[in-house]
Amino acid sequence: MTAPAADPWLTIVEAAQRLRGGEVTSVELTRASLERIRATDERVRAFITVTEEAALESAAAADELLRSGDAPSLLTGVPIGLKDVLMTAGVRTTAGSRMLDQLIPPYDATSVARLRAAGAVAVGKTNMDEFAMGSSTEHSAWFPTANPWDLERVPGGSSGGSAATVAAGQCVASLGSDTGGSIRQPAAFCGVVGLKPTYGRVSRYGLIAFASSLDQIGPFTRTVEDAALLLQEIAGPDPLDSTCSEAPAPDFSVQLGEGLEGLRIAAPREFFERNAEGQGMDEGVAAAVEGALELLAGAGASLDRGASLPSVGYSLPVYYVLAPSECSANLARYDGVKYGYGSRGGASMWADMEATRQEGFGREVKRRILLGAYALSAGYYDAYYLQAQKVRTLIRREFDAVFAGADLIVAPTTPTVAFRQGEITDPYQMYLNDIYTIPANIAGLPAISLPCGFAEAGMPVGLQLIANRNSEALLLRAARAFEGLGEWGLRRPSLG
Amino acid sequence: MTTTTVARTETSWETVIGLEVHTQLRTASKMFCRCPADYAAAAPNTYVCPLCLGMPGTLPVINRTAVEWTIRTALALNMRIPELSKFDRKNYPYPDLMKGYQISQYDMPLSEGGWMDVEIDDLGRQRIGITRVHLEEDTARLLHRENEAGERFSLVDVNRSGVPLMEIVSEPDMRSPQQARQYLVQLRQILRYLGVSTADMEKGSFRCDANISLRRPGDEALGAKVEIKNMNSFRSVQRALEFEQLRQAAALEAGETIAQETRGWDEEAQVTVSQRSKEAAHDYRYFPEPDLPPLQTAAETVEAIRAALPELPAARRARFEADYGLQPFEAGLLTEEPAPAAWFERAVASLGDDVPAGLPRGIATWFVGELTRLMHDAKPPDTLETIVVQPAQLAGLVQLIDAGTISNTQAKDVFAEMYASGEDAEAVVERLGVSQISGEDALAPIIRQVLEEHAQAAEDYRGGKAEALKFLVGQTMRLSRGQANPAQASELLRAALDDTAE
Repeated sequence: MTAPAADPWLTIVEAAQRLRGGEVTSVELTRASLERIRATDERVRAFITVTEEAALESAAAADELLRSGDAPSLLTGVPIGLKDVLMTAGVRTTAGSRMLDQLIPPYDATSVARLRAAGAVAVGKTNMDEFAMGSSTEHSAWFPTANPWDLERVPGGSSGGSAATVAAGQCVASLGSDTGGSIRQPAAFCGVVGLKPTYGRVSRYGLIAFASSLDQIGPFTRTVEDAALLLQEIAGPDPLDSTCSEAPAPDFSVQLGEGLEGLRIAAPREFFERNAEGQGMDEGVAAAVEGALELLAGAGASLDRGASLPSVGYSLPVYYVLAPSECSANLARYDGVKYGYGSRGGASMWADMEATRQEGFGREVKRRILLGAYALSAGYYDAYYLQAQKVRTLIRREFDAVFAGADLIVAPTTPTVAFRQGEITDPYQMYLNDIYTIPANIAGLPAISLPCGFAEAGMPVGLQLIANRNSEALLLRAARAFEGLGEWGLRRPSLG
Repeated sequence: MTTTTVARTETSWETVIGLEVHTQLRTASKMFCRCPADYAAAAPNTYVCPLCLGMPGTLPVINRTAVEWTIRTALALNMRIPELSKFDRKNYPYPDLMKGYQISQYDMPLSEGGWMDVEIDDLGRQRIGITRVHLEEDTARLLHRENEAGERFSLVDVNRSGVPLMEIVSEPDMRSPQQARQYLVQLRQILRYLGVSTADMEKGSFRCDANISLRRPGDEALGAKVEIKNMNSFRSVQRALEFEQLRQAAALEAGETIAQETRGWDEEAQVTVSQRSKEAAHDYRYFPEPDLPPLQTAAETVEAIRAALPELPAARRARFEADYGLQPFEAGLLTEEPAPAAWFERAVASLGDDVPAGLPRGIATWFVGELTRLMHDAKPPDTLETIVVQPAQLAGLVQLIDAGTISNTQAKDVFAEMYASGEDAEAVVERLGVSQISGEDALAPIIRQVLEEHAQAAEDYRGGKAEALKFLVGQTMRLSRGQANPAQASELLRAALDDTAE
């Protein structure tokens, strides 16, 4: 039996209070987390690997620090999940791919190392779409993850496991990665808070690369305050990542109590109207998001519904040129020669290398490698890659223009609530899931998704707030204030 | 191939050659990680880390020294250094390429548009354009083996993976294999002067690919280009180009067209062999390296590097000729590498500020003569680092010769002793009791004896046979057991003979 105070549904702040107050130990809290995983993960399938032994060891170490009063952070002793795309020393890391079936990394990702140093307890590696390519976690080479709110539905992706584990009460928080919405979309689908920081805010060292110029690591939490705390631990300069900002991370929690009063929030038309192809929000999502806009205005924010990002509609095509281009190079190292899956016994070295990639990668990954290799080919480079970079610059400038007159941008996170497993089979329809999240990656902006209501079948809806580069503190302030306007985040799925 | 073909080639076709050189930088660490770069003596796969092994999640960090050394090299080659440069990914699958792409530089290299003056004795000075000098990373090394069952397999040594590699691309400005070779010799010399590379072709730290085509003299357009690879000495570069020159000329003479292709040099057979046609050429799908921000090089940085450039070989050679009165061949030999030039100048410097004219030349003569010979004859051959004799000691020896204390012939024995023991010249002279007999008083009795013993020769001289004097000087040397100052002896003998003639 676990102590009653040991409840994995706690927030980081609550857990930290109980750990410091002696109401609960990290070992008890970690046991409760592991028990909850045992009880629910046969249905949710959030984890690829659960590291029970290592978790209990670090929990015991955390308890030592807590007892001696030397706990390095509020995360000390708190059980968390790590997306399987983060390299963890000595712990199998697959990135959801057969290709890395048996990879035991020799080193920790910087974000993982920082969480360890903070005393956080990693309970395991969460499921994901293969190499973070997907929006449903159905493209995991191992198994799909279910949405805790409705096990028939997807949790979103690619960080579906990290979203689901927090939504299912298995972990207090988790880390994911977001290249085109892979944190925010599953956060919206699972009714939790998901934050993608400014590009360069968190070191990518040890994050298995999908698209290097877009990838960013961020937290899944139950509250905005927790997101600020978790970001604080992983953010900041890293000499091992040359694209990581050299500016020291500011205090992300410092503005949390300041409310919405006086904030200028732009609601660019393009995020709320149907586009030329008739794509836009579902009714239920639109209703929740419109309700959120009214609440923001009612709480003292000024809302600009006339704002415009004329080229933002090109974000998806830009993304599907740039991300595959980068991934076609990033995934070239998986040839079966050095580590991971290797097909052997073919007619030649080249035959083995081809078979390795044929057998080791799933369909979606191969599709994107082909897209990218094509876009970079001689004769096509200018029309695809170069053109996409130009449009990227254009979109970036349009965001700059909007931020010249606004503090924040508000948008839906997703056009629909979580869809049913197997419902979307057409890749392009799947890609459309990310139309509202991709722009922030294209422009390198920090963005957060937080619960703002429920729609069909009681499925959660997410609201997205986007801030200017390096303005996470302001973003979190507004998100925290909005969070206080309703109780959407307090509802739990009836998972049993 | 007949000599007729050769003759026709030289008159009918113009040879156009451009060279691509890859040279490893001898920085302490690799290009993008902290692994040591000097892997020469390391056991295979010991200088490796997650990054240079291409493990997932790793990110490159630019080696600033490698960038600085590339700029240093570029400045020595009279290149422009743009303010903005960037790295790109060059994509191609090969088991020696850990990431499946090489981090290189495509359209914004660290430097562009320079030149080097290449000098060949019979052709004089030619300015060869240099298109670009850029920075990239070396690949792992593949060792091809065969087991007892006759199955061929390859081993990968990752130590070399990620070692900083500088690429130096020339314009197609060279017109002969000999000139191409001289370009390489001078380029290596500059790299060694700059201290940026060991530039050792045999050990693979300096590699050369050559592009060669033929055209009719006066034609503007270039002929079909053949790239030659796999040459591991300057000599083989020249040989391969000479072979290719003849092969292409013969084909053109026969009315054939030259295929644009890559050919490998077969050292054993001394021929080039077709490897890959243009149609099969790689599409490298270059794109900007997203893991590295663009490189900014401030003008002040460039100027600081320029100001710190060492004296380069051409300038030093000219200065040695002008300041020390050396012959071109002596200056050339002394400045071929930085070490001999420095040794020589230390010797000169030991003479103090007011160096008597002629002494530096004397030191140079001894350096390129006796010292070089003794080092070469030692088993194993000595180098300037291993020898015990010091620059100031050679200067001391030359001073003794200049003062007439010992003769040149004696000095050779003295120097051999110095070379073996590291003693000063004076000490050896004293120990061996060698010294030159100079002055009229000392020499007069010997000369008297010589004239008595060789009256016939004296008679011959007086009779007009001038060469008889040489014989008498020789006899003086013999009688003095080599210690007589030959110049003085000669003068005294002539004076004595002329006296008695009257």
